[in-house]
Amino acid sequence: MILFELIDYDTLRVIWWALLGVLLIGFALTDGFDMGVGALLPFVAKTDVERRVVINTVGPVWEGNQVWFILGGGAIFAAWPPLYAVSFSGFYLAMFVILAAFIVRPVAFKYRSKRDSVTWRTRWDWALFAGGAVPALLFGVAVGNVLLGVPFHLTEDLMPMYDGNFAVKFLGLLRPFALLAGVVSFSMLLMHGAAWLSLKTEGEVAGRARRIGMIAGLVAAGGYALAGFWLAVGIDGFALTNDVVPNGPSNPLYSEVGREGSWLAAYAARPWITVAPLMGFVGIALAMRGLQAGREVSTLLWSKLAITGIISSVGLTMFPFILPSTVDPNSSLTVWDASSSHQTLFIMLVCAAIFMPLILAYTAWVYKVLWGKVTEADVTKNADTLY
Amino acid sequence: MEFGLVELSRLQFAMTAMYHFLFVPLTLGLSILVAVMETVYVMTNRPIWRQMTKFWGTLFGINFVLGVATGITMEFQFGMNWSYYSHYVGDIFGAPLAIEGLMAFFLEATFVGLFFFGWDKLSKVQHLVVAWLVALGSNFSALWILIANGWMQNPVGAEFNPDTMRMEMTSFFEVVFNEVAQAKFVHTASAGYVTASVFVLGVSALYLLQDRHKDLARRSIAVAASFGLASALSVVVLGDESGYSASHTQKMKLAAIEAMWETEPAPASFTLVGIPDKEARETHYAIHIPWAMGLIGTRSLTEEIPGINDLVSEAEEKIRRGIIAYDALMTIRENRGDVPADARFIFEQNAEDLGFAFLLKRYVEDPRDATEEQIALAAEDTIPGVFPLFWAFRIMVALGFSFIAVMAYFFYRASFRNMQFPRWSLYAAVAIIPTPWLAAELGWFVAEFGRQPWTVDGVLPTALSASHLSIADLLITLAGFVIFYTVLFVIEMSLMVKYIRKGPFQDVEETHAWQARHEARLRQMPDEPTASTTPAE
Repeated sequence: MILFELIDYDTLRVIWWALLGVLLIGFALTDGFDMGVGALLPFVAKTDVERRVVINTVGPVWEGNQVWFILGGGAIFAAWPPLYAVSFSGFYLAMFVILAAFIVRPVAFKYRSKRDSVTWRTRWDWALFAGGAVPALLFGVAVGNVLLGVPFHLTEDLMPMYDGNFAVKFLGLLRPFALLAGVVSFSMLLMHGAAWLSLKTEGEVAGRARRIGMIAGLVAAGGYALAGFWLAVGIDGFALTNDVVPNGPSNPLYSEVGREGSWLAAYAARPWITVAPLMGFVGIALAMRGLQAGREVSTLLWSKLAITGIISSVGLTMFPFILPSTVDPNSSLTVWDASSSHQTLFIMLVCAAIFMPLILAYTAWVYKVLWGKVTEADVTKNADTLY
Repeated sequence: MEFGLVELSRLQFAMTAMYHFLFVPLTLGLSILVAVMETVYVMTNRPIWRQMTKFWGTLFGINFVLGVATGITMEFQFGMNWSYYSHYVGDIFGAPLAIEGLMAFFLEATFVGLFFFGWDKLSKVQHLVVAWLVALGSNFSALWILIANGWMQNPVGAEFNPDTMRMEMTSFFEVVFNEVAQAKFVHTASAGYVTASVFVLGVSALYLLQDRHKDLARRSIAVAASFGLASALSVVVLGDESGYSASHTQKMKLAAIEAMWETEPAPASFTLVGIPDKEARETHYAIHIPWAMGLIGTRSLTEEIPGINDLVSEAEEKIRRGIIAYDALMTIRENRGDVPADARFIFEQNAEDLGFAFLLKRYVEDPRDATEEQIALAAEDTIPGVFPLFWAFRIMVALGFSFIAVMAYFFYRASFRNMQFPRWSLYAAVAIIPTPWLAAELGWFVAEFGRQPWTVDGVLPTALSASHLSIADLLITLAGFVIFYTVLFVIEMSLMVKYIRKGPFQDVEETHAWQARHEARLRQMPDEPTASTTPAE
């Protein structure tokens, strides 16, 4: 099949790098508010009815939202197999914790209101809280570690190996900068969840969500700025030191990598990428104003803009690196040497081009059908069928 | 077998996969049964069918959520525990998984929320479409997963690339239309339909025995028995198709399932029962059915099916060719940029058997240093566990045939005996509820245990595929999964029982309204025979 040569290998790689970003952002925009709502649950809702209102704002959509995460995993597997192999096994115990959260959360949604017992419901409420808060934090910690570099190397056979024992591997993730990144992602998603609740609920619950959301926005903006400063002064970046062959075979060991300069050198080389952090700050500021003024739809949109800007800024800053290695920089994975084959990337692009528009269309339709606030009256009236 | 890293990784994968498959078959089948019931409701407008849709829909939901939740584990474990596998075949294997997400999982997950929350927000037809989209999504999902799994059994449309040290896709078409994958999909999906049918039949039978919800129970039995009968027949026919494709794609698996040690003159006999003994390489107390194996496996009277001993000698030759390929690969790697033409030629001649050289990695760091003894040991390793395969397969097949009998019986009583079922048959229907799950798990056991010692047949040995984690890592997650999954299972079962006990939610107002409309219609048409339109009760 010659068809795949229609698009150059290096172009396809950049497209798939961008699509990886789109999937991560799609995940953060949709499942992000589920996680935020979960983390907010104990603080914005005091009575059982209030809690059910909060839970039912995401009740019909969390399943679809969670698929962004699963599709993200599948797309990394298909388009960036070395990344999938190294990161999932390298972050083994952290992945297990995230997995546990993603298993317990669906079950909590579905089962919480199926029994009347107070203990039963309280336990599931805590499960929902943990299922939202823990991954919201850990995703940021993971991103922080990616920026710092991860201790792995590849053998000649391209077998991923990790250095350090298991305790170091899990606790070793909790480095100060990574924790700061975790705080940024946690507070960002908390703000997003608050923006969602401000749109979907009313009265006391919405009021509490707005107040917490504004504080979360402030923390997110401060943490994000601090992380940028830290990157500028305290953390070495990575750079390719030999001539890259952007359409060469996907063997990470073929490129040479040095630890030179700062990650932020990217902003001197490609000044236009400044737009990403700008989107982050402007988005947060306007979302906070929206929360304060009680605006609904626009607040959620500004919050989405902020998330899009913050996540893109990480990818754009690191380009072409995807997963740098601290112990053996030459093993680092980059856009040019960690992708699938030319043909697989092309086929997957065709599939994505067919199905992504469909997915967006029917997802939009579902949200439209479910448009409107969830009220205490709804929950009381449909006590048997709602979550 | 000593329990090292590879064995622990296998144990964890097997455990989580089998657990996941406790929920999948019911999702596959019940989603369709529920959609069928809702179709009848939309067509006839009779409230009882809506009640049925909602009741079975609730049970579907309790089951569905765990299928989704435990499915995430499956997708992530390839990267977590099988990182070399992920690197080595991700270029091919990842694609169907990603397409599954794009085409199927998004569909079912997005609409399943509307199915439960959309009753008042959608028109009848819209809600029906949603129900069918959920069913369609679930089944598409199975299709792509089985295309991925089919490739592990019969790796077509791919070749090894020395530059990237991995398999790369050469033909997407061949991967998708892999005969093993297609046969497997229909076999697995049908097995799911049988599972759901047996479940609906059993729960309905319980209601009849308890003398409650009889209206709902009778109709449910009628739907389940007809759907179940067609599916049970399909499972067996497509299982036979899988056997036929195994006879030329996975000869060793087939020989092991049949405990066929020696190549027999065609057409080979089928061993009905016996006690296979791997040490002695023979099957004790065997009862043979002449000709049967040859006919099932090759659909001819003249083609031979190779026995295990011959296949081991064949594997030995492949290992030797694999060593030649490995040697050429090393030459290619050392001379990157200026590869000698003969090395490339030799590699291409033998590349097909490269995976067999990797079997030696268990015994020696560099396959080129292997002794004769080690080559013999590695060849021996290509025999999977014969005894468990032999018996797992036979129990599965026996169950498969018995489902046909059960479904045929209930179909007959429902269609021709005015839905009257003797009490013994109802007790039996309740008692057999767990059996389709047993059959399905045994089926997966045969498919995957029979694939050993490979993760990808003839391409990548299992021992090489695992991540280099520490034993402590594995023990932590293994313990985590066991505790976590046990708790979830107990909760799930208790909710299932609670909602089955509770029974359907009776929409009294709507039933009365329908009854009034119905009687009004009858008064307008005095000639209409009344017997056929009154409810069964």
